[in-house]
Amino acid sequence: MSKEYKTVIGLEVHVQLATKSKCFCGCSTEFGRKPNSQVCPVCLGFPGSLPVLNEEALRLAIKAALALNCQISKFIKFDRKNYFYPDLPKNFQISQYDLPVSHDGWLMISGPGGEKKIRIKRAHLEEDAGKLIHEQGGSRSFVDFNRTGTPLLEIVSEPDINSADEAYEYLTRLKGILEYLEVSDCNMEQGSLRCDANISVMPAGAKELGEKVELKNMNSFRFVKIALEYEAKRQIEALEGKEKVVQETRLWHEQKGITISMRSKEHAHDYRYFPEPDLVPFVLDDGYIQKIGESLPELSQEKKERFVEEYNIPEYDAGVLTADKYLANYFEECAKLYSKPKTISNWIMSELLAYIREKNLEVRYLKLKPRSFVEIFRLMDEGVISGKVAKQILPEMLESEKQARDIVKEKGLVQISDTSEIDKMAQEVIRDNPKPAADYRAGQANALSFLVGQIMKKSRGKANPQIVNKLLKQKLERGEDA
Amino acid sequence: MELYKLTARQIKDLIEDKKTSPKEVAESLISRIEATENKVKALCLVDKEDIFTQCRELEKRSEHGPLFGIPVVIKDNICVQGQDTTCASRILKGFKPPYDATVVSRLKQAGAVIFAKANMDEFAFGSSCETSCYGATHNPWDLQRIPGGSSGGSCASVAADETVMALGSDTGGSIRQPASLCGVVGLKPTYGRVSRYGLIAFASSLDQIGPVTKDVADAALLLNVIAGSDIMDSTCVDREVPDYTKSLVDNVQGVKIGVPKEYFSEGLDSQVRDAVEKALDVLKGLGAQVKEISLTHTDYAVADYYIVATAEASSNLARFDGVQYGHRSASPRSLIDMYKKTRGEGFGEEAKRRIILGTYVLSSGYYDAYYLRALKVRRLIKEDFDRAFSHVDCIITPTSPTVAFKIGEKIDDPLAMYLSDVFTISANLAGMPGISVPCGLSQEGLPIGLQIIAKPFDEEMLFRTAYTFEKNTKWHKEKPRL
Repeated sequence: MSKEYKTVIGLEVHVQLATKSKCFCGCSTEFGRKPNSQVCPVCLGFPGSLPVLNEEALRLAIKAALALNCQISKFIKFDRKNYFYPDLPKNFQISQYDLPVSHDGWLMISGPGGEKKIRIKRAHLEEDAGKLIHEQGGSRSFVDFNRTGTPLLEIVSEPDINSADEAYEYLTRLKGILEYLEVSDCNMEQGSLRCDANISVMPAGAKELGEKVELKNMNSFRFVKIALEYEAKRQIEALEGKEKVVQETRLWHEQKGITISMRSKEHAHDYRYFPEPDLVPFVLDDGYIQKIGESLPELSQEKKERFVEEYNIPEYDAGVLTADKYLANYFEECAKLYSKPKTISNWIMSELLAYIREKNLEVRYLKLKPRSFVEIFRLMDEGVISGKVAKQILPEMLESEKQARDIVKEKGLVQISDTSEIDKMAQEVIRDNPKPAADYRAGQANALSFLVGQIMKKSRGKANPQIVNKLLKQKLERGEDA
Repeated sequence: MELYKLTARQIKDLIEDKKTSPKEVAESLISRIEATENKVKALCLVDKEDIFTQCRELEKRSEHGPLFGIPVVIKDNICVQGQDTTCASRILKGFKPPYDATVVSRLKQAGAVIFAKANMDEFAFGSSCETSCYGATHNPWDLQRIPGGSSGGSCASVAADETVMALGSDTGGSIRQPASLCGVVGLKPTYGRVSRYGLIAFASSLDQIGPVTKDVADAALLLNVIAGSDIMDSTCVDREVPDYTKSLVDNVQGVKIGVPKEYFSEGLDSQVRDAVEKALDVLKGLGAQVKEISLTHTDYAVADYYIVATAEASSNLARFDGVQYGHRSASPRSLIDMYKKTRGEGFGEEAKRRIILGTYVLSSGYYDAYYLRALKVRRLIKEDFDRAFSHVDCIITPTSPTVAFKIGEKIDDPLAMYLSDVFTISANLAGMPGISVPCGLSQEGLPIGLQIIAKPFDEEMLFRTAYTFEKNTKWHKEKPRL
């Protein structure tokens, strides 16, 4: 089915900008405080109050837009988006309509056919709304205005995304960039990054796009992916069944795993946008934008190139490590403390990332600090533990914050490097396994690994594998046996 | 001595010479209010206890401000902390702002006594002060007649000697037109000269707060206190405030006065025309050069205004929804029902008319034909004035086409009512300062006003011309018999 239809997706991402105070007043933007404790007449929309732009919000918006390769508008103007809802105290939202702060950018994602460019239509500045709290089992609703007026950057992509996987990749890349820039903490649980999607399907080769559906209420990247997969399938099935896909807004229902119609096109809002008369339009000077451009930190692509150069690791490794700013920092800290970058990279990419994925963690919240992590490598280098033991103790280190040396000591996992002890085990193994021993002598080199395995088993993984190898070979070649 | 009859400058001198005190002034005005207010009904809130508390506080002050002990009445759409501020609307009944408007805190700092709240047309929508939820204000010159509006309470209270000064607000003539009809001085400053923070917005791009006084000198004194930039209002211009009292010179030698021919057409009452022409003769006799000019887009001003102003008003008034403050309908069945009932019960007829009109002109499909076109016409009107001001120093017109009309005469004919502002609206659309000064009495003994308009931020020209006119005429000394 997927061969016959093309899916067309555009994403709208709202990201809270990491300013200390709100977009148009001096209230704090801190998350998680007592309801309605971070409010003033301005963000409460009290009669007579007026908004005044927080310059830091504009600066962060421009910073993000530059990193997304956008054109910056020098003429800064705001508009009112009018609609009634109790979480919006003025019953209009200050936003930007026809002249967004930035437009026409792009972002690269990796798709099945290699790197793909996703164009960004616009990124504009606006204020966030408050939060409604509905009484459990009751009929009352409450409003918390703490979030009201927090600056948001709305980043709208062109419909260049053709699958749920690409959408996921786009979001991951976007989040990576925004985190690199420190323009947002991108915390989805706290709502500092939110995503809506427009999706349509069309028969492959068709000229005209299908009717588009707007999807809302997806609270994680994973749900965006699942919801888009579901919705694409639903639309294709509708078309195949000769039904019409209607232009509408649908909500993702997390528990049921389906999308549900919320409102049709006929009931779409008329937002009656018009220029916000309380904020005077102004013109940015070139120097201002240039200065922000010069302040941009190293982004993932540059960092990737530097990692290949500086640490002499494969491009693939560098790509994985720099996809997440915090992971890249983690690697670099390890590399400062331990001199074999490839070893660090291998361990991060296999063991550490597996753990992070399994636990659905974020790198920055890892308990295991680089200083402790590199101890494992040192212990291996010193011959104190084998790689196998290292892998055994890592989960405990990740969970308990215990030091590697302490775990090794506690559990008696110190590697056996004593040749006489290994020698004894080698003798026993050759004696107990005459056939593989004979095979090796007859020239079947791979029979050796079986015998090595038997010794490792006997030593419960503690025998130093290099010594085991050396001793076994010596014995077999000399014809020693029981 | 009848203190209540005096101007601010006279009272200031008496207080400086220790011949009277803020308390004695307050007492004199309170007894005046008690004698006349039941006829005029200019005030919607007088808190005697609060007045005397303010007087006691003032007496402890070591430094007197420029308005020390001077009672100032505040229009009911300007926030006074802790005092009912309702815009004369049921929907805001009981609303006590948690903050002072910037003009109010500047008045307090200058030593003024915040004396009372003045009645007005609901949300400043009107030219007759009849649409107030508190009932109509009566013109002190003829109690059967309207005082003009929307700052009818401010102007009637000054005319009736119930206060020394007042603040009004002017969106399309709301200070100048009632000043003209009540025989007092009313000034609308340049847009951006006075902070709007705390003025409950009608049309944000047109509103300005301004003085209502017994003579031109007092207007200069009051503007000195309230003018100047404010970090809480981005539309308030950061530009030095001259000492306006220095412009009070009796000299118009060489001043070039433009008289727009379009303002002397049909619809202009012949008595008003005669009075204005006589006033021009007086100024000519004093050395001013009077020449006819043309403001070609004058005919479009009223229509243009009712699109721009209502569009902004429909959005500004959206916040009155019963969620946070003011009136909320008693038993709504749903959220939408709460909005509908609250607003249905809370707003008066004219407010509803303007909200509907404004919502309409911003609606998708109508925006370009109405709002966008109105913005273009607004620019043409401004360009008319720019051209005129390239060869004249000020423009003189009648303030109102007629003298005060009868209560009830135009209340059911909105279009006739809207034409009351035909001469004052352009100054708002183009952002220029304008002043109305008394220039005659009709045969029925009703005041006639002269409007002087100057270039943006050239209030000094207004004061100079108005002061000279006042020095050489006696109209400002005429008082209503109450």
